[in-house]
Amino acid sequence: MQEQARIRILVGKPGLDGHDRGAKVVARALRDAGFEIIYTGLHQTAESIVSAAIEEDVDAIGLSILSGAHMTYFPKIRKLLQERGADDIIVFGGGIIPEDDLQALEQEGIARLFTPGTTTEEIIAWVRDNVRPKSAA
Amino acid sequence: MATLAQRVRGGERRAAARLMRLLDDGVSAGFDALRELYPDTGRARIVGVTGSPGSGKSTLVDQLVRVWRDRGLTVGVVAIDPTSPFSGGAILGDRIRMRQHEADDGVFVRSLATRGNLGGLSRSTRDVVAVMDAMGMDRIVIETVGVGQDEVDIVGTAHTSLVVLVPGMGDDIQAIKAGILEIADIFVLNKADHEGVDRAEREIRAMIELGGDLDGWKPPIVRTIASSGEGVLNLADAVDDHLRWLDETGRFEDRVRRARVHHVRQALRDRFERRLDRAITEQTGIAGLIDAAASGEQDPYSVADAVLAELSVG
Ligand SMILES: Nc1nc2c(ncn2[C@@H]2O[C@H](COP(=O)(O)OP(=O)(O)O)[C@@H](O)[C@H]2O)c(=O)[nH]1
Ligand SMILES: [Mg+2]
Repeated sequence: MQEQARIRILVGKPGLDGHDRGAKVVARALRDAGFEIIYTGLHQTAESIVSAAIEEDVDAIGLSILSGAHMTYFPKIRKLLQERGADDIIVFGGGIIPEDDLQALEQEGIARLFTPGTTTEEIIAWVRDNVRPKSAA
Repeated sequence: MATLAQRVRGGERRAAARLMRLLDDGVSAGFDALRELYPDTGRARIVGVTGSPGSGKSTLVDQLVRVWRDRGLTVGVVAIDPTSPFSGGAILGDRIRMRQHEADDGVFVRSLATRGNLGGLSRSTRDVVAVMDAMGMDRIVIETVGVGQDEVDIVGTAHTSLVVLVPGMGDDIQAIKAGILEIADIFVLNKADHEGVDRAEREIRAMIELGGDLDGWKPPIVRTIASSGEGVLNLADAVDDHLRWLDETGRFEDRVRRARVHHVRQALRDRFERRLDRAITEQTGIAGLIDAAASGEQDPYSVADAVLAELSVG
């Protein structure tokens, strides 16, 4: 029963800003699309996100960053994943990110960044096209 | 190159996490590795925690882990949440309550979805527990949703089972009475800061008295406020008491045997189902039989018997 394999995605929100409504909406939409979401909530450090992602053996990490701290968190998470030999975990995210930063982050290996106005359908479609369960390899 | 099993034995967290994934996804390489690791299992003490959603299980587990860590024990946590029957997806959110242990290498938390398995556990729960056992975790906690007839599966896996109740669930207790005494080695009356805690304790006590003497162990009721940590030391002591009682009365061996039997049955069910799925796609005879049932040409019982006969020769 190879179809037992499910895509697992960690959804969380690093940084200090207040609410996680956006992250929750995305988490629910991804669940409704049939994915397993490990929801880690607010105020996560880059270290804690990476530890959780490794313990849960997720295929991707999806981060919501509104605080403007995207240039610190995304590269830091990529770096920690590399250090721990886990850079096969795809990192994507969303937030208010200026055009220049988008390009810089893509250079850093962030697979995809969604800007405000993106529908959950677009996110789901992107996940379907780009994320595979690691067990199926 | 080291095998997956060797890497797990060597303490590599990433390897352990991957092995759990293979087992959860039913990939045969995972079972090969687990077979290799099986001699390393059997040391851990396994504690089940069950109770209604929101009763405070995850918060309680977080606190128990802290007490056990203070006592020098390593801890694995398997937190199970239901899979949505509509989409097959799940939101696994128990980790949120366990963040104080994130940086601690003596703690390993894994979230699992039930994936349509009944009984409150995922099919893979026992396998994931075995991996944590082989990793050398001293205690393994399994958190599972629900209380009632449905959750008896935890009994077949855990050495000590906690049932978490909260004040103001009088009717709940009535409804779950039947199954609950068979599950609970310890009753946890959490949210003891809420109104109605005395009444709730009386109700639970009355239920225990009605149940009579269950093979010499009378389940204690431990009051806790998981959100502040109050009562959690008592709870950890109650767990130790129960584990000691199991040891002293020889019942520990019984429970281990029972857990192994459950494990075999689960493995058999999984194998049978996989074999059946394969046979349906690969053996035209079997597909034909099922078509005959689909069209109404034959009744489902005759078809099932015929398929079974095919499988045992094939
Ligand atoms: N007042 C109070 N709240 C608690 C207590 N234990 C847990 N909670 C809260 O109850 C909610 C649900 O807790 P959680 O551990 O997620 O419950 P679970 O669904 O059973 O795992 C959280 O907001 C906790 O902070 C308690 O003893 N007293
Ligand atoms: Mg929980």
